[in-house]
Amino acid sequence: MPGEVRVVARPESEGSYVRAAAKGMGITLKHMLNPRKKTQQYPDEKWELSPRLRGTHRMAVHEDGRAKCVACGLCPTVCPVNCIKLVPAEDENGERYAAIYEIDEFRCIFCGYCQEVCPVEAIHLGVHYENAEYTRERWVYDLERLCEQDHPVTALWDPSDPASQ
Amino acid sequence: MGLISGGAFAVATLVKVLVFFTLMMLLVMLVTIVERKVAGFIQDRSGPNRVGPWGILQVIADGIKNIIKEETMPEQAIKPFFLLAPALAIIPATILFAVIPFASPMPTQWGLVEVIVADASIGFLYILAIASLGVYGVAMGGWASGSKYSLLGGLRGSAQMISYEVALALSLVPLVLLTGDVRAPEIVSMQQGFAAGPPTYAMWFVLPLLVGSFLFFISGLAETNRLPFDLPEAEAELITGYHTEYSAMKFSMFMIGEFAHVITTAALVVVFFLGGWDIPFWSGDNIRILSDGTVIGEPTWWKSLLTLGMFALKTGVVVVVFVWIRWTLPRFRYDQLMDIGWKFMLEAVTVYILVIAATILAIEATGLRIGVAYASILFVVNIVLAVLLFGVMDRGTLIRGAAKGRRYDVRHARNEGGSDAG
Repeated sequence: MPGEVRVVARPESEGSYVRAAAKGMGITLKHMLNPRKKTQQYPDEKWELSPRLRGTHRMAVHEDGRAKCVACGLCPTVCPVNCIKLVPAEDENGERYAAIYEIDEFRCIFCGYCQEVCPVEAIHLGVHYENAEYTRERWVYDLERLCEQDHPVTALWDPSDPASQ
Repeated sequence: MGLISGGAFAVATLVKVLVFFTLMMLLVMLVTIVERKVAGFIQDRSGPNRVGPWGILQVIADGIKNIIKEETMPEQAIKPFFLLAPALAIIPATILFAVIPFASPMPTQWGLVEVIVADASIGFLYILAIASLGVYGVAMGGWASGSKYSLLGGLRGSAQMISYEVALALSLVPLVLLTGDVRAPEIVSMQQGFAAGPPTYAMWFVLPLLVGSFLFFISGLAETNRLPFDLPEAEAELITGYHTEYSAMKFSMFMIGEFAHVITTAALVVVFFLGGWDIPFWSGDNIRILSDGTVIGEPTWWKSLLTLGMFALKTGVVVVVFVWIRWTLPRFRYDQLMDIGWKFMLEAVTVYILVIAATILAIEATGLRIGVAYASILFVVNIVLAVLLFGVMDRGTLIRGAAKGRRYDVRHARNEGGSDAG
């Protein structure tokens, strides 16, 4: 019955305002005097994050500090919101590397496809969410910045190991 | 030691004005933090706790924020009145403080100083007159903003405050019947016991005027526009009502006005019904100044401090009750508000005056003098009235739901709900 307000008339014994108010005051008093608070003191105490939380990206690096990325182009292809900009190049040994690799974290929807599709396990999502910046430009992470990130990387879901252990 | 007089009186009054105004502003800040803390506690949160110890400096942070924020001026606003309204909200609430006695008289080398800014002979009539002015700030702010929400809030505010003023004023009539005086210091003295001088009741008026104090408290809640009577603000319906268009310090002034009003109303409840600065079960602090200047009792400066502390404690408790009520009870509907004001409060208080007057007549006829026994008889009468009021009247009649006159079986209605969902 859309549009119709159901009107319930309670019996008069249930209609006491003062008694109901007094009962309510009792409940709030109980909570007021309860020393156990539910507040999490955020910057001091933090949530325990799931290892599978999909946060801002991180690029894996070789031991000499180069990014592992081979500029295959799979991640910009699979990215549903086109937030990855990749310009490939080749070095003197004929190995491909990313000349420009930028991820617009504002645009990113953190679906994790880039991590899943990466053949060399270079690009990862990270277990990290505190990313406040003063300008929008700072939200476009370039390759250098992606390599500098040191938060743990997101664990991919493995059907044979559903608990990710 | 005589009362202070002459030039010293003028200086003392000036000092008192400055001290109490400063105190008032500090108290307002304190009440804002108390409000937020208690609100937090009631909701199982910890309230503001980041700025300073226990978040006590939060008020300073808020003040700085409000001062440096941008002031907005709506295009549709009527400028002079828009600017005047916050002042009109804050001034009445602040100057109400003038006739409240905070402590027992304080002896100084120039004479006895009463700890009250102005011991006006019109006493609480001044309070009733000035409290009525508070409505102008609300109504003017709402109208001058040039916004629909503000206007609605202002209109509601004026209607509400005028309605409840009637009950507020009338609920003090039994008090005058008992004390025969409207001066606040005299009302406090009448609640204390003295070995000498004219007879007093030696009992806080909350007992002999139990129902009256309840009615006064409810009207006071409505007068301060606090929940459950915060119809002028009504966040869910009117954004914030009459101060929707105000920003920065102008908004802050409305808030200061509201909190000052809360403090004043709490102080009035204390003065009228909770013995003022009287320390219970101790007669050493009972000091009375008769109209001819005779002083009964022994005023000392430490007694003044003690009684000031007692007054602050009592007022604090009443303020916390205000806050507690705010975070417990939901807002009334507008028709309920008007019903309570005109169909319940007014009648109840009128009947109450008649009953108290009749009781006093009857007691006087038996020849009983003013005193504890006198007050005890009134207390018994009040208990009977309270039982009638809350036990008999409060059965679906005090505040009705939307179902006036329509009767459904509750269980039947619930079953209907079930079949709908299926």
